[in-house]
Amino acid sequence: MSGGRAAPAQHTSTCEDGPVSHWDQLGPCSLPVPVAHPEPGNLAGVRHILLVLSGKGGVGKSTISTELALALRHAGKKVGILDVDLCGPSIPRMLRAQGRAVHQCDSGWVPVFVDQEQSISLMSVGFLLESPDEAVVWRGPKKNALIKQFVSDVAWGQLDYLVVDTPPGTSDEHMAAVEALRPYGPLGALVVTTPQAVSVGDVRRELTFCRKTGLQVVGIVENMSGFVCPHCTECTNVFSRGGGAELARLTGVPFLGSVPLDPELTRSLEEGRDFIRDFPQSPAFPALSSIAQKVLSEAPARLS
Amino acid sequence: MEEVPQGCPGTGSAQAGRGASCQGCPNQRLCASGAGAAPDPAIEEIKEKMKTVKHKILVLSGKGGVGKSTFSAHLAHGLAEDENTQVALLDIDICGPSIPKIMGLEGEQFVEDNLGVMSVGFLLSSPDDAVIWRGPKKNGMIKQFLRDVDWGELDYLIVDTPPGTSDEHLSAVQYLSAARLDGAVIITTPQEVSLQDVRKEINFCHKVKVPIIGVVENMSVFVCPKCKKESQIFPPTTGGAEVMCQDLKIPLLGKVPLDPHIGKSCDKGQSFLTDAPASAAALAYRSIIQRIQEFCGHHQPKEEHLVGS
Repeated sequence: MSGGRAAPAQHTSTCEDGPVSHWDQLGPCSLPVPVAHPEPGNLAGVRHILLVLSGKGGVGKSTISTELALALRHAGKKVGILDVDLCGPSIPRMLRAQGRAVHQCDSGWVPVFVDQEQSISLMSVGFLLESPDEAVVWRGPKKNALIKQFVSDVAWGQLDYLVVDTPPGTSDEHMAAVEALRPYGPLGALVVTTPQAVSVGDVRRELTFCRKTGLQVVGIVENMSGFVCPHCTECTNVFSRGGGAELARLTGVPFLGSVPLDPELTRSLEEGRDFIRDFPQSPAFPALSSIAQKVLSEAPARLS
Repeated sequence: MEEVPQGCPGTGSAQAGRGASCQGCPNQRLCASGAGAAPDPAIEEIKEKMKTVKHKILVLSGKGGVGKSTFSAHLAHGLAEDENTQVALLDIDICGPSIPKIMGLEGEQFVEDNLGVMSVGFLLSSPDDAVIWRGPKKNGMIKQFLRDVDWGELDYLIVDTPPGTSDEHLSAVQYLSAARLDGAVIITTPQEVSLQDVRKEINFCHKVKVPIIGVVENMSVFVCPKCKKESQIFPPTTGGAEVMCQDLKIPLLGKVPLDPHIGKSCDKGQSFLTDAPASAAALAYRSIIQRIQEFCGHHQPKEEHLVGS
């Protein structure tokens, strides 16, 4: 027991663990400077907000967020994507927007438009890093502060949908996003799982999070549902089977569909291509289109 | 509300408690008194506890879903196959504790006499219970796991982590900083979307001075069980882990093919090393485990500089 250290003074904790330690100074230390006069209504023009969640990592939240945005665009909608995965921001690469700069305007930051028509806009910590390999090694409070800024200080403008991509879990980023977005209307959630029981185990907890925080779950998407061998067309359940349907059954949440493993989809995301436009014959296309259709038809009613 | 002032200079700083942004912070007096700069006593306590643990290995990845928990579990199984080797597996993925399921445990903590497991999963009363905790509370749990669990005499303590570079990772490294971590095994899958996150994890390890034992590339190639032809479900568009390891001069411990047996065994809570021992994936795992044992056997970790003291 190391001696000589006075017990911490009693304090109403804004930081349960006591003061921020030097361990919190790793990584990009500077948060973006808050806008001097942020527009109070930066989300006033957003019609529907949809969080894409999973208790489990690597199930395809960013994939589904990206493909949903692309599909909604092809259906004539204006879409914003807010990437609150601060440690692993995947969306810029998936939309070929890596390295783009973030500019300021009177109402705050301008989100990055990923297409010439300006129908998909994106904000991600990925744009704020000096190098793509730079690690964001922040504890909760600093992550919360940036997420708040992403919500209130970005001039999102008129959007049909704001899709919020999240990291796995039920922690700081999720609570910060929900708290910051809540004043702007009912929040929808799309929950992603894979067929495995191990995923279902984590995703059940995410559904509890949704219930506790008042998110309207639009539906469950099962990703990585089987792989059809391109050589012999045998379908193999690489990551087990049945998880999505089981989750829907256990929780009474609508099952929106199963997306098969599709190397063309993975490759599109790697290269920042528009899978929905370029690969309509590919195995994952029908499921992704159908899921987008269901979001279009059901989300407005659920989120009104 | 758990926030600190945006311009918080950090407790170790000369400006602690004195900076302009400290005004109004409830911890201002504490910081100004210099008490905040003292190291957490738990670090010493954990160092004492860890004296009976020979080797400590972190399993990390910047990316989720690449197989950290799967790998951690099977590393533990593989090491514990020698009944004279005492192994423990600590799951610090507080929000998504997969290890109990993968190890086939419903609350009991021993898989075998020589293989024990600790996870927040054991503390939850229902499978629907969500752990909706902010960083400081997660850190407290990790401290408790490391300091208050009676680890006993162990040959290996394997620490499974959630994806990312945040509270859990900082806490694990911070609390083990005085206890000589052997190193980290970093898991990835072949595609660039994973590698771009994994490079950040590697940078994190360099920053916090955790040695890197090596990288494991999971889900490398899929062999169709019917026609036996190979497909790359997660294509290595930028050369996969092999090129990344060459660029960053880090050992590639091995590549594990994508085998549906692995997922099935994990769902059943069984070791796929015993379920499918002759499979290419099992052989790859065994070779990787052997390389890790060799690393631990040959490397005496340097005395870690006690940060903050």
